[in-house]
Amino acid sequence: MARHWWVAPCAASFFAGEAFAEYPANIFAPAATPAHSIFDLSMLVLSVTLGIFLTVAGLLTYALIRFRQRPGDSNEEPPQIYGSDQIELSWTVIPILIVVMLFLTTARVILGTQAIPKPKNAMNVTVVGHQFWWEFRYPQYGIVTANELHVPVSTAAHPEPTYLTMTSADVVHSFWVPRLAGKTDVIPDRVNTMWFNPHKPGLYLGQCAQYCGAQHATMLIRVYAQTPAQFMAWVRQQQQPAQQSFPGDPLAAEGEQVFMHNACINCHTIAGTAATGRDGPDLTHLASRQTIASGSIPNTPANLRKWIEDPSAMRPGTLMPAMHLSQHDVDAVAAYLTELR
Amino acid sequence: MSTTRALDGIDETLAPQGRRERNLIYEWLSTVDHKKIGILYIVYSLIFLLIAGFEAMLMRIQLAVPDNHFVSPQTFNELFTMHGTTMVFFVGMPILFGFGNYLVPLMIGARDMAFPRLNAFSFWISAFAGLLLYFSYFGGSGLYAAGSAPSVGWFAYAPLTAKVFSPGHSTDYWTLAIFLSGIGSIGAAVNFVTTIVCMRCKGMRFGRMPLLVWLYLVTACLVFVAVSPLTAAQIMLTLDRYLGAHFFDTQAGGSAVLWMHFFWIFGHPEVYILVLPAFGFASEIIPVFSRKAIFGYPAMVGATVAIGFISLGVWAHHMFTVGLGPSANTFFVFATMVISVPTGIKIFNWLATIWGGKLIFKTPMLFSIAFLFQFLIGGLTGIMLSVAPFDWQLGNSYFVVAHFHYILVGAILSMIFAAFYYWYPKMTGRMLSETIGKWHFWLFIIGFHLTFDFMHIPGLLGMPRRIYTYEANRGWGTLNMIVSIGAAIQAISILIFAYNLVHSYFKGKAAGHDPWDAWTLEWSTPSPPPDYNFAVEPAVNSRRPLWDLKHPDDPDSDYE
Ligand code: HEC
Ligand SMILES: [Cu+2]
Ligand SMILES: [Cu+2]
Repeated sequence: MARHWWVAPCAASFFAGEAFAEYPANIFAPAATPAHSIFDLSMLVLSVTLGIFLTVAGLLTYALIRFRQRPGDSNEEPPQIYGSDQIELSWTVIPILIVVMLFLTTARVILGTQAIPKPKNAMNVTVVGHQFWWEFRYPQYGIVTANELHVPVSTAAHPEPTYLTMTSADVVHSFWVPRLAGKTDVIPDRVNTMWFNPHKPGLYLGQCAQYCGAQHATMLIRVYAQTPAQFMAWVRQQQQPAQQSFPGDPLAAEGEQVFMHNACINCHTIAGTAATGRDGPDLTHLASRQTIASGSIPNTPANLRKWIEDPSAMRPGTLMPAMHLSQHDVDAVAAYLTELR
Repeated sequence: MSTTRALDGIDETLAPQGRRERNLIYEWLSTVDHKKIGILYIVYSLIFLLIAGFEAMLMRIQLAVPDNHFVSPQTFNELFTMHGTTMVFFVGMPILFGFGNYLVPLMIGARDMAFPRLNAFSFWISAFAGLLLYFSYFGGSGLYAAGSAPSVGWFAYAPLTAKVFSPGHSTDYWTLAIFLSGIGSIGAAVNFVTTIVCMRCKGMRFGRMPLLVWLYLVTACLVFVAVSPLTAAQIMLTLDRYLGAHFFDTQAGGSAVLWMHFFWIFGHPEVYILVLPAFGFASEIIPVFSRKAIFGYPAMVGATVAIGFISLGVWAHHMFTVGLGPSANTFFVFATMVISVPTGIKIFNWLATIWGGKLIFKTPMLFSIAFLFQFLIGGLTGIMLSVAPFDWQLGNSYFVVAHFHYILVGAILSMIFAAFYYWYPKMTGRMLSETIGKWHFWLFIIGFHLTFDFMHIPGLLGMPRRIYTYEANRGWGTLNMIVSIGAAIQAISILIFAYNLVHSYFKGKAAGHDPWDAWTLEWSTPSPPPDYNFAVEPAVNSRRPLWDLKHPDDPDSDYE
């Protein structure tokens, strides 16, 4: 197996070793089957290319030293050699053999990742790329959320791989969480699929990998892999309609009114209310998320206030306009949104 | 050498009697001489090299530390769009056309290109295209407002280029600039092919052409086939933007993937359009400084032609993540890997040329050696990227950016520097300073490796390209700082090079006909050559006519 090649331990310890936490998007620290099979294949490719490099660079270095002109050499030109059929044949045939070997191994991984049927127990998520955020819909559970993807871990005893069906609402994006799988482009008017099965609970970071406009750089992805029990608890909580009465918090109740009487409702959905817009992230359970603006801003009351006041001051180029609310209304709406757990 | 001296005598007798008053500006603006046009191409590209290099420096300052605010997101997006577009279309292609223009007629014993006026037209239309692109900084949003440069990236994926996502005119400047530059390139290609096929001197059969000429022939053919779709796609995009066509407009049933095909069917061969002339330089310079004939000439020609054909069938390796499906992916993996075979043949033949030679480490040779090592590494990371599953991780990451800069800078730009040191004496009659040359070389090598060796690693750690900033917790900070320091060192080395070009023009040692004791026809003419190149049409009996003259007892013609 490729895994046992001698370079694997060196490279793996160099890139993965202690550094899991330090490099949260390290492709050499795979945590799901697709990323693992790429890792194994990449170790094979790295050893082959390293071998070629050492051979050719070694010969070249040797030749440069051995055949340099030395002081006191005669003025004679060296013997002229115009070619040699045997030698040239050998450095045509050997590379061909290497290519065939690499190709067959590669083909096996491609087919093993892309050409396998979807298992019945898969957990489905529909991913919609937007300038500059991610919409996640769970058709099996009737949930819509944004930017933070929750998935169950998938173990040998209890396999439950996550299947993503992806498209874009505007331009081309690309979904890339290096520790889980390779990237897949998210293209308007086209449906792509990918899958992964995180083996361990944890937070896996990634980001949009196809330039998509002003805030491409901050279009981050957060994948929370949870134990099946935790995941189901999260699902049940997300299935609730939004909270609508705020006994101890008159400001939040006022904020709800402000929200419902402004254009917010044309762009945002809050389940169970008049807000049914789909241009922006679903806010039904906004307070249950740790970040806003596609993972780039911590979800704190202060940041929410700043965001509602003037989104493009925090994220130049964002498609949410400033709504020009009074300071009081901003505080009220923020208080409301903070209650939407 | 007897012949050359004889040619000198003829030069005297043919010198025009009573020179006309010369108006320098008029002369250069209206010239149709292939040598002057060649130099115009080169000077023009050098200016754009400085501009695009400056853009790169701004980006490296921005990325040196996490969460930086040196430039705004929008400015950064404009910078990488302009940097990429400029380097490919207004530095790489024109500088190589410039050397080709200068060298090809001299090397095949012709007096000019086949179509001198088309040649001038091609240059000026490309030059205008470059100016048009930069005019977007003033005119991008209409003249009444401050302009803005295009910010769609150099491969301008649809539908980001649609009117809704890119309003204003900045994208139109990009489209028109690429369109016009495409017209210029196709004109130049027509000229190269015709010149090489029809204007070779007596005795110069295809099998005796210098390898550089072969490489330009294949390059020019590729320009036809590859640049035409790109140019057509610009028209389609403009129709989309202004006349309501829907080629790439996904909201009306157009296809984003169609643009990718159009772009990469140009984009991949484009790499070879840029690298083949560099192979040509290497195939001329390495033998001369090894004092040996090129090893395996027929295999070199065969490999060149093979690369030309195969390079037309690999474009979708830029689209492994698009979801073309397992069969398409597998096919393009195979095609891409196969191209490494002829490329390998080339590297081995250069190595065999060096083997058993008597190596002279003048600056042109130093850069050629750097080329060999760096091209080797860039080729090997290319093999990694051709492994589609590995590419699902590496694609669009900084690993790819490092890979293609290894080819574009490490291989191609190194070879362009080698070509400058080697042919500058022919073009100006003066040698470039070797001392300054060594400084240039070593600083460039140190800077290059600091930048591009370290740039691979953030890619492996998940850093995508084209991001204007990144968070500190990703662990990419130190690496990016090293990359930026390397970039600064490279910038210094390039300024030193520019100084050398100017300084040596006035103060350089006189070069004479043949300062490197070389073997191809251009060295039989004075430096710089007269307008008509050769007073008498030369006749050749082998691939190295000057070797035959210098070694009448042991001519090449006996062995071919
Ligand atoms: C024109 C449509 C539009 C209107 C009107 C609008 N938003 Fe938004 N909103 C968006 C978009 C688009 C985003 C995503 C922006 C981004 O991530 O860059 C967004 C993001 C948000 C977010 C962050 C959500 C997250 O998870 O990242 C909050 C909170 C928010 N909007 C609140 C409001 C409030 C409150 C109002 C009314 C005062 C409002 N929006 C009005 C379009 C709109
Ligand atoms: Cu994106
Ligand atoms: Cu390519």
